[in-house]
Amino acid sequence: MKYKSRFSKYVTWLVLFFFYLPMVVMTINSFNNSKYGITWKGFTLQWYIDMFNNPKILFTLMNSLIIGVTAMLVSMILGSLAAFCIHYYRTRLQLFHNNLILIQLGVPDILMGMSLLLFFISIHLKLGLLTIFFAHVTFCISYVTMVVLARLQNFDFSILEAAKDLGASWPVIIRKIILPLLSPGIIAGGLLAFTLSIDDFVITFFVTGPGSTTLPVYIYSMMKHGNPTVVNAISVFIFIATFILVFFTQKLTDTKKK
Amino acid sequence: MKSDSSKNKITEILISAPTLSWLTVFFLIPTIMAIIMALRPSNPYGDLLPGWTLENFKTIFSPIYISVVWRTIWVSILSTIICLLFSVPVGYYMARLSEKFRKIILFLVIVPFWTNFLIRIFAWKLILNPDGLIHKTFVFLGIIPSGGSLIYNTGTVILVIIYTYLPFAILPIFAAAERFDFKLLEAARDLGATRWLAFLHIFIPNISKGLMAAAAMVLIPCLGSYVIPDLVGGTNSQMVGNLIANQAFVARNIPMAAAWSTLLMAMILLPLGLILCVKILLDKNKD
Repeated sequence: MKYKSRFSKYVTWLVLFFFYLPMVVMTINSFNNSKYGITWKGFTLQWYIDMFNNPKILFTLMNSLIIGVTAMLVSMILGSLAAFCIHYYRTRLQLFHNNLILIQLGVPDILMGMSLLLFFISIHLKLGLLTIFFAHVTFCISYVTMVVLARLQNFDFSILEAAKDLGASWPVIIRKIILPLLSPGIIAGGLLAFTLSIDDFVITFFVTGPGSTTLPVYIYSMMKHGNPTVVNAISVFIFIATFILVFFTQKLTDTKKK
Repeated sequence: MKSDSSKNKITEILISAPTLSWLTVFFLIPTIMAIIMALRPSNPYGDLLPGWTLENFKTIFSPIYISVVWRTIWVSILSTIICLLFSVPVGYYMARLSEKFRKIILFLVIVPFWTNFLIRIFAWKLILNPDGLIHKTFVFLGIIPSGGSLIYNTGTVILVIIYTYLPFAILPIFAAAERFDFKLLEAARDLGATRWLAFLHIFIPNISKGLMAAAAMVLIPCLGSYVIPDLVGGTNSQMVGNLIANQAFVARNIPMAAAWSTLLMAMILLPLGLILCVKILLDKNKD
């Protein structure tokens, strides 16, 4: 009696097959000695060698990492602050605050990219790493806030009252109580922010300038004009990195439940 | 007492200020600026002219462009429906699995969700390549002519949209199904309902919030699609997102790009408002 629906089982396996088929094809093809197309022409590591010999990949990866790490740190601080005051003070201001974050979450990338481009042009800010950083923090804040807010749902605020009654000052309360209890949420939010930042193409494409190309923007230009075989090799690395990242995040959210 | 509450208010404003001001500067103001910019006139070279105009919106609703707007709408709605049709059985199946298997399947659904979406789109270009097995099989079976192509058409755009956004639909439906009490289905069966009837009348209404969230999670990014039609679509499968990018990067006509953005905003706010209304109605019914 545990479950009777065979149909749902077949659909699930079909969907998983659908999800992983492209990744498998791409991985196999990254070892394929054929420059165009996917007919098997023998095993090669040439595309991986090409990848490591391409200085542009390392350079754009560095740009992505610089932005990813800085946007992650800033959005972790801003997002945690936002989540804390939305949860703690239930005033009209916080309702507005919460709605602003929710709406921001729902805006498609292309709209954010377009309006930010317009904004940066009109305040005469030169497009580059700085504008990408501003854009990334903007979309990361909402995600961090949501993750930390979820964590706050089972946060017992009477601990704070108790600490206050016992004479603890706010800095002590923040350092000794709030941060340790919220840190899994803040770290999970930060990991999400980092992934979103590293992966982002659309918004970055709008606000990028000369010399500030990130890895996804470079991958896109290779897909459109350059060498697609190197894209396969990079993709395999990205798959592996994603697997590891998701695995750790799952671990993190698991301990959260215990 | 009064000084205490006003002190409280000051602390509240102090810790709200960083995010509120950040989002005001980098989200609210740019969005409002885009709407205002849509009302500015420009010459064919994209230079800004003084004054105000509705000319940009007239251009949008001209016959050449209106087909793109319709395509964006029907492609998004169709993709959302197909995503929901697949996600419900998957969510149902996952929710009924044992803890251990559920975690494994969940992991397998989350990985594509986190994988760079440019790469996931590009993979389809490989699979549907004229040299690929699928293309050859289709030609062999006579489904497509030998000179035909599986890529660069609207059908492929829909396929890749579904591939990209299906995890976004599965996760909220699974979350709702996980909270569902499956004993209710057994009770309905005991009372004589067929399996299908029980599923339709008990399971579906109980996961309606998850369905709504899933629909919004797919529909909104679909309406704003740009990269997918750009990479796997042809000239006849452009969507509003492509027009925005075109005006911004190729034509360099910022007021036109802003007008398209404003239209896209309206296209998103409309169904979102509808979903919110349904949600409020549902909540009222429950009380």
